[in-house]
Amino acid sequence: MAGEMNRKIVLEDGAEYPGWGFGATCDRVCELVFNTSMVGYQEIVSDPSYTDQMVVMTYPLMGNYGMTDEDYETRIPTLGGLVVRDYCDTPSNFRSAKTLGEVLEEYQIPGIYGVDTRAIARSIRDLGTRKVLICDISMPKKWALDILRRTEMPRDQVARVSCQKPWYARTANPKYHVVAVDCGMKLNIVRSFKARGCNVTVVPWNTSAQAIERLHPDGIFLSNGPGDPEDAVPVIQAVRTLRGKYPMFGICLGHQIIGLAYGAKTQKLKFGHRGGNHPVKDLTTGRVEITSQNHSYAVVPDSVEGTGLEITHINLLDNTVEGIACPRDRVFSVQYHPESAPGPQDSGYLFDRFLDAMKEAKSHAKA
Amino acid sequence: MPKREDLKKILVIGSGPIVIGQAAEFDYAGTQACLALKEEGYEVVLCNSNPATIMTDTSVADKVYMEPLTLEYVSKILRYERPDAVLPGIGGQTGLNLAMSLERKGVLKECRAELLGTPSESIRRAEDRELFKELCESLGEPVLPSEIASSMEEGLQAAERIGYPVVLRPAFTLGGTGGGFADNEEECRELLRNALRLSPVSQVLVEKSIKGYKEIEYEVMRDSADTAITICNMENVDPVGIHTGDSIVVCPSQTLTNKEYHMLRDAALRIIRALKIEGGCNVQFALDPLSFQYYVIEVNPRVSRSSALASKASGYPIARVSAKIAVGMTLDEIPLANTPACFEPALDYVVTKMPRFPFDKFYTADNRLGTQMKATGEVMAIAPNFEGALMKAIRSLELNVKALRLPKLVDVPTYEIEEKLKNIDDERIFVIAEALRRGISMEEINSITKVDLWFLERYQAIIDTENAIQNAPSLTPELLLRAKEFGFTDSHISFLHKGDDSHAKEIKALRESFGVKPAFKMVDTCAAEFDAETPYYYSTYDQENEAEGVDNGLRKVLVLGSGPIRIGQGIEFDYCSVHSVWALKKMGCETIIINNNPETVSTDFDIADKLYFEPLTPEDVQNVVELEKPWGAVVQFGGQTAIKLAKALTEMGVRLLGTSAEGIDAAEDRERFDEVLNTCGIPRAKGTTVFTTEEALKAAHELGYPVLVRPSYVLGGQGMEIAYSDRNIVDFMQIINMTVQEHPILVDKYLMGRELEVDGVFDGEDILIPGIMEHVERAGIHSGDSISVYPPLHISEEHKKTILEDTKNMARELGVVGLINAQYILYNDEIYVIEVNPRSSRTIPYISKVTGVPIVEVATRVILGEKLKDMEFGTGLYPEASYYAVKMPVFSFEKLTDVDIAMGPEMKSTGECLGIAESYPQALLKAFKGANMKVPKKGGRIIVTVKDEDKNEIVPIAKGFEEMGIELLATRGTCEHLRKHGVECTLVNKIKEGSPNIEDLIRSGSINLIINTPASRHESTQTDGFKIRRCAVEHSVPCVTAVDTAHAMLTIRELSHSEDLVPIDVTTI
Repeated sequence: MAGEMNRKIVLEDGAEYPGWGFGATCDRVCELVFNTSMVGYQEIVSDPSYTDQMVVMTYPLMGNYGMTDEDYETRIPTLGGLVVRDYCDTPSNFRSAKTLGEVLEEYQIPGIYGVDTRAIARSIRDLGTRKVLICDISMPKKWALDILRRTEMPRDQVARVSCQKPWYARTANPKYHVVAVDCGMKLNIVRSFKARGCNVTVVPWNTSAQAIERLHPDGIFLSNGPGDPEDAVPVIQAVRTLRGKYPMFGICLGHQIIGLAYGAKTQKLKFGHRGGNHPVKDLTTGRVEITSQNHSYAVVPDSVEGTGLEITHINLLDNTVEGIACPRDRVFSVQYHPESAPGPQDSGYLFDRFLDAMKEAKSHAKA
Repeated sequence: MPKREDLKKILVIGSGPIVIGQAAEFDYAGTQACLALKEEGYEVVLCNSNPATIMTDTSVADKVYMEPLTLEYVSKILRYERPDAVLPGIGGQTGLNLAMSLERKGVLKECRAELLGTPSESIRRAEDRELFKELCESLGEPVLPSEIASSMEEGLQAAERIGYPVVLRPAFTLGGTGGGFADNEEECRELLRNALRLSPVSQVLVEKSIKGYKEIEYEVMRDSADTAITICNMENVDPVGIHTGDSIVVCPSQTLTNKEYHMLRDAALRIIRALKIEGGCNVQFALDPLSFQYYVIEVNPRVSRSSALASKASGYPIARVSAKIAVGMTLDEIPLANTPACFEPALDYVVTKMPRFPFDKFYTADNRLGTQMKATGEVMAIAPNFEGALMKAIRSLELNVKALRLPKLVDVPTYEIEEKLKNIDDERIFVIAEALRRGISMEEINSITKVDLWFLERYQAIIDTENAIQNAPSLTPELLLRAKEFGFTDSHISFLHKGDDSHAKEIKALRESFGVKPAFKMVDTCAAEFDAETPYYYSTYDQENEAEGVDNGLRKVLVLGSGPIRIGQGIEFDYCSVHSVWALKKMGCETIIINNNPETVSTDFDIADKLYFEPLTPEDVQNVVELEKPWGAVVQFGGQTAIKLAKALTEMGVRLLGTSAEGIDAAEDRERFDEVLNTCGIPRAKGTTVFTTEEALKAAHELGYPVLVRPSYVLGGQGMEIAYSDRNIVDFMQIINMTVQEHPILVDKYLMGRELEVDGVFDGEDILIPGIMEHVERAGIHSGDSISVYPPLHISEEHKKTILEDTKNMARELGVVGLINAQYILYNDEIYVIEVNPRSSRTIPYISKVTGVPIVEVATRVILGEKLKDMEFGTGLYPEASYYAVKMPVFSFEKLTDVDIAMGPEMKSTGECLGIAESYPQALLKAFKGANMKVPKKGGRIIVTVKDEDKNEIVPIAKGFEEMGIELLATRGTCEHLRKHGVECTLVNKIKEGSPNIEDLIRSGSINLIINTPASRHESTQTDGFKIRRCAVEHSVPCVTAVDTAHAMLTIRELSHSEDLVPIDVTTI
């Protein structure tokens, strides 16, 4: 039986939500976002794109199936914090190795439960993403607001979560060699390439175009990651240099970077898309797929015109740009997550499309 | 693709009478589908024999045929109406099977009508076990090792090869009828016999048993452009082995990781893509709790009970979208409340469904659960956690159980509880809770029951909270908040903390002083991601309340629903609730409905202005009342469930619209009702109250046999007995006195007369009676189980006038405003009253439809103050129709073993169907056909075995059958009696007289009808009568248990060409 509430979160506008702490008990200022996935908290907790973000899970029960050894999306989770309605500390699943609370504690991630998560989600929906402080319940509100006011959100998230030196993921009988620029890449992307017979060389985000070329890739992949795409200057520059030379595929932040590199613009959405249920239409085939989403920024539709890019995918809920391509350069990208984890696995075909592009490029080169 | 313009007229086939396994969910689906098609501009022709449904309203479809759902009738309708297409996937298995027959027999081709939605080839592939298995294998989807058997030999050999335990599933049956688990050859043999017989194609699947696997379902949708989505998934709390209709189900799944969830989602989508499903579909999986191994169990290529649940659980209207897909639209073109239909709902709450079993009525029935569904209905509850949703669901069942605690288990010794854990029956969840209370470990319970530890942990959390409340010196805010979040009522907290539940008000005051108050959250399909206008709410104990009781100047009216479907309270009451809401809206009121049944139309969020999906207990209702502050409340449409709340509502200060709580009470209290009758000078059967057997015998002698004996504290015929002799009295008093009687026992003269029934509307001055119904069976058989005829056949104008006057006088005396239902007996040329109910009755939808008087609307207008004389239907007795309408009860005995099928004062039927025609015999024949009762024809064989009291009466009936050229067989007593009266008949051995006996004959399949009237209503399962009747049911031989029903069957012989019966579109009459 829970004792008295001991933690709270405080929003910039002064709204306070008291609850019980779990995971780490540190105080932290984050950007507050919500995710509507009903399963997949382990993947969310370990997705580097959530760096410095505190995620409100709208599904109320978290921790039910514990944490498995196999389903992490990064080695060291960097989630800012976790806000849940109800936390289950007695998980049940045959693969469960630790509880959610244990993992949060291990990686110094504060969590809070017992709060009205739906109210917070509605507030984010209506008023947009805001800064949030998680702290002890005793902290005076005035202090909390002071802390929130003077804390500036960092802009170096990509640098913090990217690998510091290249690493290799090898597969038997590789068909292609993909160089993946790691801006905070989810491990399931690497798994998706390996499953399709690709060797992957993962390089740090600030690897130069020349250094990438020296790896002799068949294709270049630009990963997802946290923060504002405009802050990822080295990657944008590399793409400008390398486009047209290699097939290129971007996911999420990688997609926004491709957009910026071609001269399109990006904008921050009011509260972004985070969940596993958004329908996206592939304009080239007319098919609708249900997608896994996690982003704050999006490519501005009108800015695409005249850049050589075309819009290939749109979100059927709000018509935001979900995919762009420059067929001439064999470059394409999507805003959502075809590697899923968490979320629906409808979009795996995009990896195959990239493989096709590499195949074409190869045969073209031979010819 | 936009909707098809080449189609103009579409035939929708409904699911027919309510039976176990096919209930109100198809009225919900059908109504939604018809309205969706009409919205797109199509002309909708509806065929459904069930008059209690909303879909058969003339406002829902353009043309309505309430005709038997047989190939014969539907073909006739098709040939006459010539629709461009048939929508098959809405009317359950019945509708689907019929559509498939229409195609197979070439009727569709002949009429140039096409099947909409999923192609028939796909339906065949999904429904035929062997084809489906092939398909799954070609997709790499694992299916259980299984073999098809068409004979006993094949079945046993297959079981041998697969290895026991095996499960048997007959092909093409409702709700898995006739299936089961077999652990050895002997069990297999027994089950196989039954299964082979029940399958219309005599095919049975013998399959490897996977007891203990998790049972997971996915509700999925696909359109013609190959977009496929999941609406939601559901996890059965009970592992594989219990029919999902009988399982406690939670939505979404709770114990699946992302990998498992999406592994199964992908499999479901792969399967429906391969099947080319167009519309909604349900895919069931079994998942090993210890690995990623899963098996595809089955696919339902149509809307189903699960899809109704999924619709209510997610807010996504599956039937509506399925109908639009069927006419060519794609998911991205179909708008929902706030998103396109290609969006997958995100839930931010937990939904629990619990089945409602009929074992409170059928206490002799076998209550073990398996692959044969036994529940008649279900309830759903929504909360932010499983504990809360479960506790809400438990109290929604209306089984006098308020929490996860069954009082009768409290005194059961622990070793017995341990033993009981092995039983898989309707009480298992309570047994598990009791086991946890006794300190039996979760691991042990899990190893016996295979219920996932996660659920056991939740039960434990509830029990821990109970203990904390019990042991707390004082209740802290945290503890009260936890208890309320876990769905504890104030009275349960009072019971735990103070020893009884009389301190509920103090508990409420205390928690309110701590700020522990309910808030209501919206079900919006998107977890608050988008602003939504779906006025569909559930209670929580959170900070923010979303259901603001805005005062928009309209009169706000609360309509109380009727809860789960059970025997005696079926969808008729949902029909009434919905119509009342519609009428209130028309009158400019804002409507609020509270109900907890996911199968119904009333819980569709666009019926009332606001829907609160909540238990129907005083506390839960009060939460809504305090928020909404309604101008008034209507209880007379929601059956006994709503009526029971009348007093509580009055105490809350809510104005009861229509008849007061006082008036309701007066009709139910015998003494007060007697006063009313005295005042009005209306006769009722003479009677007296007794306590002892001696007194009872004396009373019986004074009144003269037969007499009706019953305990006075029960309602609705429970425990009622007709005594013909001293022996009956002695026997019955013995049974009744086995439990201590605090109340006297009533002994009334049993008037063996013609039973009549009316529904009327009284406005304080005038009455309107749309029609008088006459029952075929004499008084003594529950009105819900009697065949009912409108207009009456044998009633003089004078008696009609008496009925009109009596009903009006009683209504006035009781202070009725709105509906009144009255039952009478015509005995020795005099009208006696049996009972009066100042509320809606089971016959309202039927009589509304056949008379054309919208009774609920009229009553609602009266309740709001209008006078009958100012309305278009006049006052007094409404002119009689020029055709006959027969309402026939339909039973679900096949699904309930060990239930006596004999009719009596207690209701047993689960549904009804209508026969409508120009003459009485024609209407009767249609009704029999609709109920799937095959009337014997020339050359047929009938077994007659009746009790002594019926022997004289059966003679002319037997003669009639004899004249028709039907062979009569009879057991000794009946046989001798018939022969003595010149009826030729063959003697048949009773069971105990040795083979070949009556059972052998029934099994042989050569008997067309059995007429068996039981000597006593409490015949044990060991008597011949009981065995004969069960044997008949189990071999699908029609069996009538009242002389009058047999007589009715004979009436039909006057029809020479039954094939000439013309289907009637009720919108034209």
